[in-house]
Amino acid sequence: MRLGFVMLTHTALDRAAQVARYWASNGCPVVIHVDRRTPAAEHDALRAGLADLANVRFSPRHVCEWGTWGLVAATQAASSMMLAEFPEVQRVYLASGSCLPLRPVGELQSYLDQHPRTDFIESVTAADVDWTIGGLNSERFTLRFPFSWRKHRVLFDGYVRLQRRLGIRRRLPEGLVPHLGSQWWCLTRQTLSAILDGPGRAAYDRFFRKVWIPDESYFQSLVRIHSTNIESRSLTLSKFDFQGKPHIFYDDHLQLLRRSDCFVARKIWPQADKLYETFLSPEAASQPRAEPNPGRIDRLFSKAVERRLTGRAGLYMQSRFPTRERENGRTAAPYSLFQGFAELFEDFETWLSKSAGTRVHGNLFAPDRVQFAGGVGIYNGCLSDSTALRDYNPRAFLASLIWNTRGERQCFQFGPDDAQKITEFIAGDPNAQVSVITGAFAIPLFRSNLNFGIIRTEAARLQRIESEFLSVLRAPTSKARVRIWNLAEFLENPIEPLQTIVDEINPRSPHRLSEVPRLVDLTGFGQFLQNLRNQGMKPVLMGDFPVNGPSPTSGRRARSKQ
Amino acid sequence: MGAEPHAYPILDLPAPQRGAVQVWRSFRLRLRRRVLIARALRKRRELTPITDRTAGLRRRAILCVMVVRNEAERLPHFLEYHRRLGVDHFLIVDNASTDDTAALLRDCADVSLWQTAASYRRSRFGLDWTNWLLLRHGHGRWCLTLDADELLVYPHCETRPLPALTRWLDDHGIDSFGAMMLDLYPEGPLSAHSFQPGDDPLAILRWFDSGNYQVQVQPRMRNLWIQGGVRARTFFAQDPRRAPTLNKIPLVRWHWRYAYVNSTHSALPPRLNATFDETGGEQISGVLLHTKFLPSAARRAAEEKTRREHFADPARYADYWDSLATDPVLHGPASQRYQGWRQLEGLGLMSRGGWI
Repeated sequence: MRLGFVMLTHTALDRAAQVARYWASNGCPVVIHVDRRTPAAEHDALRAGLADLANVRFSPRHVCEWGTWGLVAATQAASSMMLAEFPEVQRVYLASGSCLPLRPVGELQSYLDQHPRTDFIESVTAADVDWTIGGLNSERFTLRFPFSWRKHRVLFDGYVRLQRRLGIRRRLPEGLVPHLGSQWWCLTRQTLSAILDGPGRAAYDRFFRKVWIPDESYFQSLVRIHSTNIESRSLTLSKFDFQGKPHIFYDDHLQLLRRSDCFVARKIWPQADKLYETFLSPEAASQPRAEPNPGRIDRLFSKAVERRLTGRAGLYMQSRFPTRERENGRTAAPYSLFQGFAELFEDFETWLSKSAGTRVHGNLFAPDRVQFAGGVGIYNGCLSDSTALRDYNPRAFLASLIWNTRGERQCFQFGPDDAQKITEFIAGDPNAQVSVITGAFAIPLFRSNLNFGIIRTEAARLQRIESEFLSVLRAPTSKARVRIWNLAEFLENPIEPLQTIVDEINPRSPHRLSEVPRLVDLTGFGQFLQNLRNQGMKPVLMGDFPVNGPSPTSGRRARSKQ
Repeated sequence: MGAEPHAYPILDLPAPQRGAVQVWRSFRLRLRRRVLIARALRKRRELTPITDRTAGLRRRAILCVMVVRNEAERLPHFLEYHRRLGVDHFLIVDNASTDDTAALLRDCADVSLWQTAASYRRSRFGLDWTNWLLLRHGHGRWCLTLDADELLVYPHCETRPLPALTRWLDDHGIDSFGAMMLDLYPEGPLSAHSFQPGDDPLAILRWFDSGNYQVQVQPRMRNLWIQGGVRARTFFAQDPRRAPTLNKIPLVRWHWRYAYVNSTHSALPPRLNATFDETGGEQISGVLLHTKFLPSAARRAAEEKTRREHFADPARYADYWDSLATDPVLHGPASQRYQGWRQLEGLGLMSRGGWI
């Protein structure tokens, strides 16, 4: 059985010539169509370059503008020439000038021999197609498209809309079921000649002349009428991006192309010397090869689409800067904010870092200095502990911190004395786990031994700021995982909340907390709150603290509850 | 309508607006662009051609435009590096060099050289000259506008030359390519290394800051405003707003009606600034490796301070030059060692977008 190639070319004719020569000298007749818009000089050079090959022909030239009838006319002319001039040809393979054979012709020949009388052409019912760009599937057949999509987009779109509104529809020729598919096929002489010489061709041609992108539907539809044995896939590996543009293959895709085990690939970058050299060399046949399997390389392409359309969550950079509605993840990973814990427990940070096995920072938004874990001045990604840098753009600071430490959960302390500009960002972030003991800000004041007038003013200020923070956390827009206790409530039973929080941070640690942080001594705290009240301030965030009763807690009490 | 902020931080960027305000704004920007072009036309008289080899340039040639002063140290490697990437021709303005720069450039077959002794600052930091050369030679071509201390890195740059990138951009209807400046620095004090003309700066400048950048978008031209990195961290920690701008748009398929506005940080018409995706996806982008911190940086800082040709308000940056002149150590335990574009992409500093 003999295989012939029809090649549609328009640029990079030197590469087309190279591939044509490869096929022709391996015994496959080649008919080349050169776009009429290609300069005559290039066309003549191509002819002259291939003049020594007896089994290469040039078909009459048509203008091949993308999406127009010209491409089909060119294919018809070249195919007819192939069938007429090479009677020994039993199969015709349609290729483009930017196609590259990945496996020797012999392998393709024997593959076709194993599938006798089979037409390899992707042909999907237009109604079921979901990959067309622009939303035109079956309307490609029922509307008229006199305007160029590339050059007169406005007219094109406007005319489509007008026809939709007026309900104008073209009638399909009898018996034709619209099918779409890849332009690159391999048909048997029987099928191809039936399409080209069949009785209804004039009518079909008339119809398809006005169909949009007929090169993806003419043969794909007609083959359904004339063929009995269709294998609906293309033997040519061709990948498209999310805009429907074909991916181009470069030298660095060599292994990828090999892995696909496909026979022919497009589009190849004309300057991909290594690809042309490797695949057109006589040794290309070395390894035993399997069934073509383009699916094997799909992952790379689907990942690319995802990166282009969804991006990496929590990354803000020079080519990804989403608006609020389109963030796809405000930060890169879950993190925890603790308010009031470091005030209530002694050495809470060390304890948390040990129990939850995470990185625990001090107050990252402290007014004097960014308190990174371990007290370092420069943290991951070279984040600086300068408050001016942090406060210049707190969102970028936090987003960078979480991005830079992907894979390691970050916990940090927060308080009403810290820079508060960041609160709205955190509250709206589903990655944030926020745990607040309200009113705990009073504990350091209680233990401070400052002048009581100063304490009162400070307590009032902190209470006001904390209230604002709480209302941000409770706002309907809040998406963070928020837990709020008032101080009195928390002291009733401090173990359970701690257990919940730690379990959530590190779900894989199965055991109960073996060690509980030591509470600071709160003897006299109730009286302290009463003193604040007596001075005219109203401490509300601490909850119901008995004035004289035994201080509800002490380090001992906490442990005894275990 | 409330007062517009100077720049939008993360999440605050509004969707592009339409309406009367927008029409008025477009009109103002168009006017501004025309003024910039008029300036470029006027300032062309300051340029004296030394060697003009632009006559036989191909229609699709990739050009590199730059203004240099005393860069004999970096230029041999710079030219070689970008030649290898696929730059066909360099258009260079020599602004009053006192070293071998002019001699070196005169002898390169792929360099066209102009000279001027006029003020760098009054030509808007060389931009009027750049805009003129782009207007005259860049129309319809892909043009790379760089400084001598910048090396372009883009996705797949070790295996695919620039024409592969520009063709892909063409196919996707993209006509500007963004690349952020990434300051590279050595281990130890700047002057502790030795560097000879022709050496690869990356052999000693091997470190960078990977994750301390702040991205914002400025409303008027909807251009990026990225700051941060090692210079913000060491020299502007007290006044970050003054820290150098790092975003650039070095590669543009030029049209004679285009103009760079503020270095190559922003350009007009404003659609050239849309090098970032606002819908959550990642556009393609590159990085400009900034080789400022060669051993000579401290000496040059002292010189630039007195020359006062950089920055709109040189007095405010005196302390920057001063601290640079003290030969600081920029490297720290959190610094990353440069390994190539894939590393930068992994760190989120650039992206291949949809180009695979």
